[in-house]
Amino acid sequence: MSHELDPAAASAVEEALRLVEAHGGEVTVVTMGMPNAVDEIRKALAMGAERGVLISDPALAGSDTLGTAKALAAAIKKGQYDMVICATESTDTYSGLVPGQLAELLGVAALTFAKKVKVEGSKAVVRRQTDFGYQVVEAELPVLITVSSGINEPRYPSLKGIMGAKRKEIATYSAADVGLSPDQVGESGAREKVLTVGKPPTRAQGTVVTDEGDGGVKIADFLASLKVL
Amino acid sequence: MAKLLVYTEVSQGKLVSIGLEILSRAAQLGEAEAILLGSAPDDAVQTLGNYGAKTVYRCADPIFDQHLAAPAVKVIEDLISQQKPDAVLFGTTYAGRDIASALSARLDSGALTDVGELEIEDGSFVATIPALGASYQNTATITNAGTKLMLVRPKAFEARAVGGSARVEDVPAPSGADLQRVLVTNSVVEKAEGPQLEEANVVVSGGRGLKSAEHFQMVRDLAELMGGAVGATRAIVDAGWVPYSLQVGQTGKSVKPSIYIALGISGAIQHLAGMKGSNTIIAVNTDPDAPIFKNADFGVVGDVFKVVPQLIEEIKKRKGSA
Repeated sequence: MSHELDPAAASAVEEALRLVEAHGGEVTVVTMGMPNAVDEIRKALAMGAERGVLISDPALAGSDTLGTAKALAAAIKKGQYDMVICATESTDTYSGLVPGQLAELLGVAALTFAKKVKVEGSKAVVRRQTDFGYQVVEAELPVLITVSSGINEPRYPSLKGIMGAKRKEIATYSAADVGLSPDQVGESGAREKVLTVGKPPTRAQGTVVTDEGDGGVKIADFLASLKVL
Repeated sequence: MAKLLVYTEVSQGKLVSIGLEILSRAAQLGEAEAILLGSAPDDAVQTLGNYGAKTVYRCADPIFDQHLAAPAVKVIEDLISQQKPDAVLFGTTYAGRDIASALSARLDSGALTDVGELEIEDGSFVATIPALGASYQNTATITNAGTKLMLVRPKAFEARAVGGSARVEDVPAPSGADLQRVLVTNSVVEKAEGPQLEEANVVVSGGRGLKSAEHFQMVRDLAELMGGAVGATRAIVDAGWVPYSLQVGQTGKSVKPSIYIALGISGAIQHLAGMKGSNTIIAVNTDPDAPIFKNADFGVVGDVFKVVPQLIEEIKKRKGSA
């Protein structure tokens, strides 16, 4: 089974690569996951990232969002950075809390929900999505930025990129390597508990018809039956 | 009695409706108090009282409008340490997520997002969370001691005016350079036409099945004819066909109109999450296996370019003869 890079994560990598191409520097990919998450890191390296960091440890299983953010923060603090770019939310949990927690733990400003990212001198300038349109927000580097998948079209790795990725370094850290104790992460450190798992109430199956040239009329009839026409 | 603080957000000079929805639920669960920061309409305190707030913690300092999140985080952190509420509730909004996630890390406290229902059982909060959009739902609780942080989905609760009044407690403006790190230099409104998406009785949305941006006009035409608002999927806002402000779904807006018409929308879980609470769902899509049909009250498997123009003509005809 191939491990595709999450689309939002791919956009985060792409945005980082574009900034590095324009301003210099290098991109490091950091993730937490099972040992096979190296496949995803390789994809990012094939796109052009320079190095990868995987935090992987059975003790991390069952981490809640804050546990995840603590592990990422601990690994990121081992290196130097001007900018941390995260996907606004991962497609598996959609909680969207990890980036904000991570920024707080790193002690950097968070520029969230970015639709456009620029670096001007020592500042990051972001066009940030809002309910009514967008805001322009800025902060001095270092900053954490969250991007959603619409921000760019992630590049496909070239053959050269794929070959090159095999030689790039991926550091693997355990929880202890990044200085985390078991009570901070994993299931034992989790501050949230799932009580029950269930199915939501489902809708009664509706009527589905195949258009035989009168589909529009049938919808109009249905609307009329609801007394809205 | 449980004490619940609700962050009641102001956007574009108006109290955001989700704040009133949460306040209404909080007032049923215990003593509800509102946190009102930055510029706000003159009658905001009166409105918050009317929706169940007993106290409004108020600070009108411009710092909240000029800088993202950090000033609000500081004020709420201080309120938590002074008032020791059982919970602080936020809307799952852009600002709500920024503030709650920072607080979670600062207080070393768990946080639940996307809460759809909330109860108190034997003194602890039990939140129902529709995980992964639509396919299953969990109930969950926060186990750390102290104040619990929760983010509530839009439209999870009904805003109910109860006719109360709130007393105002002025909160001093927070200060410090670290609160001003993120500067807001401009706010741009991308105006949506017609009725507001969240308020509309009828919503007509388009997806990738429309094939190109110009075909979205069909969605607008049908919406206009029905006095409804237009919506869109993430795929087509990402493609730049229409502004982000029209996006319906987990990362966009949640809507609960009487009638939701999905045109060329397959029904990805993240889209369903934003509209499955609609009273009646009508869908047109070429793919008979599209998940949208499992959620539709009435579906037509067919070509939107044939079915929709016919529907528009039919409505015009029937309206003309009425």
